[in-house]
Amino acid sequence: MQEVELVIVGSGPAGYTAAIYAARAGLAPVVVAGSVTAGGALMTTTEVENFPGFIDGVQGPELMASMRAQAERFGARILMDDATGLDLAGPVKTITTGSGEAHRAKAVVLTMGSAYRKLGLPEEERLSGHGLSWCATCDGFFFREQHIAVVGGGDSAMEEALFLTRFASKVTLVHRRDEFRASRIMAERVLADSKIEIAWNSEVAQILGDDRVAGLRLRDTLTGAERTLDVTGVFVAIGHDPRSELVTGQVDTDPDGYVRVAHPSTATNVPGVFAAGDLVDHTYRQAITAAGTGCAAAQDAQHYLSHLAPAAQPAPVLEVSA
Amino acid sequence: MNTVTPVTDATFQSEVIEAELPVVVDIWAAWCGPCKAIAPILDQLAEEYAGRVKIVKVDADANPEAVTAAGVTSIPTLGFYRAGERVDVLIGAHPKPVYAAKIEELLA
Repeated sequence: MQEVELVIVGSGPAGYTAAIYAARAGLAPVVVAGSVTAGGALMTTTEVENFPGFIDGVQGPELMASMRAQAERFGARILMDDATGLDLAGPVKTITTGSGEAHRAKAVVLTMGSAYRKLGLPEEERLSGHGLSWCATCDGFFFREQHIAVVGGGDSAMEEALFLTRFASKVTLVHRRDEFRASRIMAERVLADSKIEIAWNSEVAQILGDDRVAGLRLRDTLTGAERTLDVTGVFVAIGHDPRSELVTGQVDTDPDGYVRVAHPSTATNVPGVFAAGDLVDHTYRQAITAAGTGCAAAQDAQHYLSHLAPAAQPAPVLEVSA
Repeated sequence: MNTVTPVTDATFQSEVIEAELPVVVDIWAAWCGPCKAIAPILDQLAEEYAGRVKIVKVDADANPEAVTAAGVTSIPTLGFYRAGERVDVLIGAHPKPVYAAKIEELLA
């Protein structure tokens, strides 16, 4: 079992930025990128308009491919494999992957990001993939000239609703409050779109349909009154939850499952373990903030590694001049 | 070469329904990120199961008949066919062991 200086778990903006900085610091990091989740949340977005440096925007997958290539250029090793087990205690950490490999590292940066939040309805599992979707860019195409609902009030929900107007005859945005959490520019675009209707103060009480979505039962959050919305597709964008399952009980997490770090540092309560990106952040959750904390985590890890006992460092090469 | 081969509306009958081997049909599209993510996994499986299972792909964008017939509203969707009958369906992107287990079931 080969021992490396640093393993980075995850490959969104936080993971790849940590990889770029760590690689440039000569740490030759190994990135466990995920067999099908590599690139993270931006892989299913379309246009990213707010990442600095791209005047005309950039496609999410294209941005992530560039970050990956940049990390590889400086010597990061990217594994298209899933972390299935992490043992973070002690001076040498072990990262087990889906293919059965075990990687040992002196330091670990955790950047597993977050997963789509589910509505929490019993019929959700059954109808998932049968009209219920979390990926407008993947599935919008299959709802041409149909009435689609989008659930949520943040930027992701606005983006999905606007994207789906390309296909749908009508999009109803279902939101439980009477104002959006989304940025003003996105909310204004949605409100100005003639194909989008807003169901304010509404929550999903039930998704109707046996083997595919046949409608939504909406409940008014103020009056409790229920009504049926006649849709064939439902796209859910109600937020995210941290993907901290693998480290729960090993590092400190808050009651919502986010990994706790010693701000402004990215250090967790376990020596040699650092965390960055959406795994840590319930507030900002942007590609650029994730990249920022990924950069910090790489530098924190580098600092940690440079202060380890000299015995743990490669022996210096002695040069004797003749 | 045992890579995943394309099938169209025109060839679906002969390549899938009338195939001698069990067939895995991957319905995908170029604009679907998760579809691209699983493509290398399916290529590996096509290699590993060569001669026992045939793995083919249908571009959803160009083959509306196959999409409608399979009732697809979400991709990637994999259909598992034995003797012309679709016996199993798997929706979404999953790690390789999940696909391998489904193929083993198809062969059982």
